[in-house]
Amino acid sequence: MPGNPLPDAESLLASLTDRMRPAVGPATGLVGIHTGGVWLAERLHAALGLKLPLGTLDVSFYRDDFSRKGLRRNVKSSDIPFDVDGCDVVIVDDVLHTGRTIRAAMNELFDYGRPGRIRLAALVDRGGRELPIAADFTGAAIEASAGETIELTRDAAGRLALQLTRN
Amino acid sequence: MWLDPANPQLNKNGELHHLLSLEGLPAGILRQILDTAESFVGVTQREVKKVPLLRGKAVFNLFFEPSTRTRTTFEIAAKRLSADVINLAINVSSQSKGETVLDTVANLSAMQADMFIVRHAASGAPYLIAKHVAPDIHVVNAGDGRHAHPTQGLLDMYTIRHYKGDFTKLRVAIVGDILHSRVARSQIHALTTLGCPEIRVIGPKTLLPAHVNRLGVQVHGDMRQGLKDVDVVMMLRLQNERMNGALLPSAQEFYKYYGLTEDKLALAKPDAIVLHPGPMNRGVEIDSSVADGRQSVILPQVTFGIAIRMAVMSILAGN
Repeated sequence: MPGNPLPDAESLLASLTDRMRPAVGPATGLVGIHTGGVWLAERLHAALGLKLPLGTLDVSFYRDDFSRKGLRRNVKSSDIPFDVDGCDVVIVDDVLHTGRTIRAAMNELFDYGRPGRIRLAALVDRGGRELPIAADFTGAAIEASAGETIELTRDAAGRLALQLTRN
Repeated sequence: MWLDPANPQLNKNGELHHLLSLEGLPAGILRQILDTAESFVGVTQREVKKVPLLRGKAVFNLFFEPSTRTRTTFEIAAKRLSADVINLAINVSSQSKGETVLDTVANLSAMQADMFIVRHAASGAPYLIAKHVAPDIHVVNAGDGRHAHPTQGLLDMYTIRHYKGDFTKLRVAIVGDILHSRVARSQIHALTTLGCPEIRVIGPKTLLPAHVNRLGVQVHGDMRQGLKDVDVVMMLRLQNERMNGALLPSAQEFYKYYGLTEDKLALAKPDAIVLHPGPMNRGVEIDSSVADGRQSVILPQVTFGIAIRMAVMSILAGN
């Protein structure tokens, strides 16, 4: 995209990885939120050499806007292949905005068990929170206005990029 | 009118508002239901087998005809979506006091119902109800007369897709009492829409509807010939009440010609799967060794049926 005002997603991912490295260990369970969060979680999982298998969440069944928007098409399956009880969980998402997706993800996670701790990693924190939720690890904070959408994309070669659209 | 007059199941955006029949539903909607059900299968394997999607919604099971299994699976599905479920066996209540179907429904609507799951012996009863409910109420057909049983058809499609993948390469046989079977009709419509190239119906002439070939199926009177090289065998329940009429000489004779035995199943492909909507009449339409055998997927059908009903209810409630 010509004149992309957003930073390079690959370098943000590199700094996010560096920030997380000292804070995670063999007991850390990584959980990516579909779809962008799963792409990031796959890369983080490999780069950090984590032992527990990667978990994925599709929070569609827990969203608070179901009664207004209905069920999204292409709902993916959630899969947590490790024991959540007592586990040190890090939720991974691409863009942290209102915090509502993270609220839904935490609710879903608790239906698998009682985590020992949940932390949050986001590639981009764009502000605009509507719930008392903060990230523990971020790649960058980016100013964006209410009418703008920031999205993570992945090309055929697996390269991540950020895309800004104005509604 | 805000529902599509050509297909009153769809709203003006082409989204599913009621589920009354699989006939005329686009492949995209069928696939959306199957895909959504796949995500719900995972939910039912967790420690907490519930999601909060239909929290605070009231789902009424309106069963004008007795059924244990279908009612129970709808009830489980609604509860796993966190809805409140109210079961009404109408044949033993208001109807026997003379209330009309529409009066029953109007009364229940006044109790703030959000969804009606309707089973009725008369074909078309769910349409009648769907036509008269308030626009924010959804109706699901849980079997009406000989007409349709869409959630059974969908769970059969889910089962076939789970084990066989692509519909466009499959040869499927439906065996038994096609004439009286709402299940068979729903299966044929769904298979056709999903691109199944070869559907065979197998049964005695007295239990095949006239002009069944107009549905685009092959008709076989000889089961051995009909089962040859099929990928999927879908058995139907032989309803005992049919035995009393002139349609069949005896259950024994039906079993001899149309009961699924191991030697008949051997004519199908070696990896063919066997489905049955239940409840089974062992030794009438299916032999016990087949029902419990390695090719039988009859119990997985029941499990998938819950996920399918969760998918249908959550898609309807969101549209």
